[in-house]
Amino acid sequence: MAKVKVARKSTAIDMTPMVDLAFLLLTFFMLTTKFRPQEAVDILIPSSIAITPLPATDIMIISVSKDGRVFFGVDSKHTREATIRRIMEKYKLDLSPDEVNIFSIMPQVGLPIAAIPQWLKAKPSDRDKILQNASGIPCDSTNNELGEWIVASRMSNPQLRIAIKGDVDAPYPVIKKVIDTLQDRNINKFNLITAKEAQEFIDTSKL
Amino acid sequence: MAAEVGGDSGGKKKGKKGRKGRKMPRIDMTPLVDLGFLLLTFFILTTTMSTPTTMPVVVPPKIKEKDKDKVDPPKIQESRLFTILLGKNDRVYYYIGSGQDEKKPPEMKLTGFSKSGKGIRQAIIEQIKAVRNNPLISEKDKTLMILIKPMDDSKYKNMVDILDEMNILQQKSYALVPPAPVELDMVKKYNEQAGIEN
Repeated sequence: MAKVKVARKSTAIDMTPMVDLAFLLLTFFMLTTKFRPQEAVDILIPSSIAITPLPATDIMIISVSKDGRVFFGVDSKHTREATIRRIMEKYKLDLSPDEVNIFSIMPQVGLPIAAIPQWLKAKPSDRDKILQNASGIPCDSTNNELGEWIVASRMSNPQLRIAIKGDVDAPYPVIKKVIDTLQDRNINKFNLITAKEAQEFIDTSKL
Repeated sequence: MAAEVGGDSGGKKKGKKGRKGRKMPRIDMTPLVDLGFLLLTFFILTTTMSTPTTMPVVVPPKIKEKDKDKVDPPKIQESRLFTILLGKNDRVYYYIGSGQDEKKPPEMKLTGFSKSGKGIRQAIIEQIKAVRNNPLISEKDKTLMILIKPMDDSKYKNMVDILDEMNILQQKSYALVPPAPVELDMVKKYNEQAGIEN
């Protein structure tokens, strides 16, 4: 009996479909990815059943860090610039146009107003460090600069919505000071930024 | 096999132009694919899929100092009130009533945020039922009013958790108010009796 010769197949595999798919995914991720704006401090947000997504524009975020420092940020460059001009006028700060420009690209403020010129004059590499070690914005009833920032930014952009982004371990008295600051300016409606968790409802009327 | 730049026969017959049957130049695409996968990994790892959500909070407007005499605090039956005090280390103290009557201190209980068993959720549900079955409360007032009082040593998380609890139970009537000195004393006494130190 003659042996049947089995044709030897090449070991080369056509990888084209895999590469196609990889590039498709790459394109997808590149287009959908949104880089998180750099923040001065890491904030671990609590979770809730709320499902309303955080709006991307016209938003003012008051962050409270784990150690109770308060940071303030608004979303657009334009609003930031108008805000610092109002603060400059009120507090008689002497800032050059360049410094105003630098301010308008900083995502957050966390310093007493008096320390701002020095912060903007610092080298870019030192600026982040200063903000990380900053004392936060004062919001006591005697010296409430947070209120000034809120008013100045709201005047610059009346559509601003207010959100509080607190760390899970942020002490309650600081949160209370922030809420009091808002209430003193007749802002009784605001949002708390939370992470999504499984939604559940209990209908107590049927129990 | 993976393709390479310039056919394998490219070097052999140099100089002969217009030679027929010349192989198509094959390009080695391996580095390109490598880079593609590297970037793909990078974007998969850095992308944040979960966008943060927001929980709306509406607080009652503050009464100005000069208007204080004009405004009467709303009168609510004691049995319809439920007070929750948030304390240190995620502790939740609660009692029925407003606790304003110093002669008759209410019975305070301690619980936590646990979802199963005897957490604060269960305590609220029981009280909602008790109010509904209470013959002394008129039919139109059979809702529970919850007073949330976070104490100074509580955390932001506790406040969010209790507000979340209100949303879960679809409880509409609640208020975020500061604790009274009487209540702080009550908590202190409770802690001493129960032997809680921190």
